[in-house]
Formats: sequence, C-alpha cells, structure tokens
Amino acid sequence: MDTAPAADAHSAHDEHGHGEFHVHVMPIPVLLGVFVALLGLTALTVWSSTFPLGSWDVTLAMLIATVKALLICLFFMHMLHDKPLNVMAFLSSIIFMALFIGLALSDYGEYKPEVDAWDSSRSPQSTTAPAP
Amino acid sequence: MSAVTEPATHDHGDGHHAHHPFQAHHFETMEQQYDSGKLGIWLFLITEVMFFSGLFTAYAIFRSYHPEIFVAGHHFLDKTLGAANTVVLLFSSLTMAWAVRCAQLGQRKGLILCLVLTLACAGTFMVVKYFEYSHKIHLGLVPARYFSFVPGSEHHGHEGEHGDAKHSDGHADAAGHADAHATTHDPAATPDTLDSTTAAQESALLVHDQVEKAAIEGKDELPYRIGLFFSIYYCLTGLHGIHIIAGMIAISWILRRSIRGDFGPQYFGPVDYVGLYWHLVDLIWVFLFPLLYLIQ
Repeated sequence: MDTAPAADAHSAHDEHGHGEFHVHVMPIPVLLGVFVALLGLTALTVWSSTFPLGSWDVTLAMLIATVKALLICLFFMHMLHDKPLNVMAFLSSIIFMALFIGLALSDYGEYKPEVDAWDSSRSPQSTTAPAP
Repeated sequence: MSAVTEPATHDHGDGHHAHHPFQAHHFETMEQQYDSGKLGIWLFLITEVMFFSGLFTAYAIFRSYHPEIFVAGHHFLDKTLGAANTVVLLFSSLTMAWAVRCAQLGQRKGLILCLVLTLACAGTFMVVKYFEYSHKIHLGLVPARYFSFVPGSEHHGHEGEHGDAKHSDGHADAAGHADAHATTHDPAATPDTLDSTTAAQESALLVHDQVEKAAIEGKDELPYRIGLFFSIYYCLTGLHGIHIIAGMIAISWILRRSIRGDFGPQYFGPVDYVGLYWHLVDLIWVFLFPLLYLIQ
C-alpha cells in the first residue's frame, strides 16, 4: 500500500530523463575566451596604473575589476545559467556590501577634524622613527 | 518503515539510477539534492562577501583619511609579483571551471588533471606570497607600531647578507647571519623570522630592486604611521591567503574523491560547490590586487 505511490512517483520521474537532470555544461571555447579576456583586462589594469590619472585611477581600476568579476561570475560560476533564486541571493550580498561601504564612507567627513587633530597631536618630530 | 525497504526494492527493480549511492535519504531526487547544496554554497559565499567587505570598508575609510600612507606604502609592494599571482589565480579559476565541466561529463581523467593543476596554481600562489611576506618582515615592513623600516639602512643589511651567503652555506652560518641582521637593523625586527639562506638571497635581490625604486621616487621621507598600510595589507592578503589554504584542503578532498571515481553526470555537486568557493577567492583577489598594488 505504501510502496505503490512511491513506485509511481519513481516511474513518473524516470519518464523525464531517467533520473538524470540536465545542467548547462560550459563549452571549452567559452572557458578559454573568458580566461583570455581576464588576462587582457589584467594587463589593461596594470598598464593603466602607469599613467597619472589622479583620483580617477581608483575608479578605473575598480571598473576593470568589476568587469573581471562579472566575467568570472557569469561564466566560471555559471551564474548565467543558474537558478534566479541563487543569483538574487548573491546579488543581495553585493547590495549589502555597497550599503556597508557606502554608508560608512558617507559620513567619514564628520570625524575628519577629530582624526586630524588627534593625528597632529601624536605626530612625532622625526617622521622616520615611530615610537615602538 | 517503507523508507527502509524502498531502496532495496528499487535497487533490484527499477535499476541503479533510482537510488544513486550518494543520494541522501531526505532528498527526493539527485536534482533536488544538487539544488539544495547549490543554494547552501551561495548562502555561504554571501557570508564570505560580508566578511571581506568589513576589511574593504576599513581600507576605504583609512584610505580616505590618509591617502599619502597608501601611496607611500604601495611602493614596497612588487607589482610584477602581484600581477604574476593574479595570472596564476585566474588560470586556477579556468582549470577549476574546466574541472566542473569534466565532472558534469563524467570525464574522470580530465577532472583529476584539472584539479591537480588547480592545486598546483594554489601552491604557486602561496609560495610567491611567502617570498613577498618574508622579504617584508625582513625589512621591518610590518604592521602598525612594529613597523621598523629605516630608509637608507637597508643597503648595509643587503651587503651584509651577501657577504654571509658567500662565506658559507647551510645552517652553519645561521647564528652569524642573525647577528649581522640584528646589528644592521632594529633588533625589534625579529631575526627569528629568518628562513633558509636561499630565501634570504632571493629576498635580498627583491629588497635591492625595491630600495632602488623607492629612492628614485623620492620616498625616503615616509609618512608617519605608514605601518597602517601594512596592517591593512597583511589583514587583507592574510585573510585571503587563509582562504586559499582552505580551498587547497577542499580541492584535495575533491581530488581524492574523483580518483575514487565518485563523480559523474548525476553527481558532481561537491566539485561545483568547491569550484564556486574557489572562484569567489579569485574574485576577491581581483579587487585586492589593484587596491593594494596599483595605487597612483
């Protein structure tokens, strides 16, 4: 009595794919292409760091790093073919990280006078030999 | 009670696929088991992102307050070694992604080869990191108030080391070596951290390049509290290094299981999960490398 429904469930399950499930297998050309693109972007970020870009250099470096991160996520981590739930879950961590860093940075100016005052009060005469 | 009898009847009846040897009894299908594991590893990766974002926040705030510390500090990092390590990690990510592909297709030999390559890359990364760390500790480029690097003094230390290394090799000169080190440097820069003579020679060469570079760029005057840069450098790269070691342990486990022939088209979850973790470790390095090594 108990085994009959279970057997039914299994036969129904066997109908669609013999108990196997199908996931996306990343083709070799895609893997190699992504790797070459990552190498190129690494070279680009090293090369761009030799130019005096002022405050823009962090922005550019982070932009290139984000593109590299996207490539790794989408292809190496199979995000392109993953379940939307997993993708959304991971994206939420990026949102929380942005909130964390963004909110922490947004009011750093509030404490700057205090930090500067503390710094100048503690700074020794000789800059090369900090007190142990 | 039916749960106990079911596997036995199905193993003989419907065939092997109905109950894969690695299907846990609380999962209906292998697919459900795989999906659950996948969600689990993604949740773990979320906690890892939050873990590292704390350190990235520290970096962002300290860099906003003291940009000059970061500019001066990054001159002591070897861009070439950093870039080489980036390439090594990217390649290990490729071989890991390829390993997942092999596992999905049931290619046992390919899987083993890819995992061995990934492990080798991880090992290379750690060896390069070891040389980077040991030569910094050697110079006194250590965190916060323990920072004891004195611009100009490193030339004597450099020659002293060379002389020692030429006189004799092996462990016989270890004591003399340490003495020479102690006299040329601040005694606080622990000579205990000295490793083999070859390592010392290696780092001496690196030191020379670094000092030349620093001198050219007029960095003899180091900003006060430059040790802060090294606090952040060691925390970020150290935590990342711990993750690499953890990844190496996980990959070794996967390698052992793939040699045993556990994985195939129906069961490759563990390879995929370890792969996702490994890619995240790579991802973090992708951000660490420009933030620490490539500052203008």
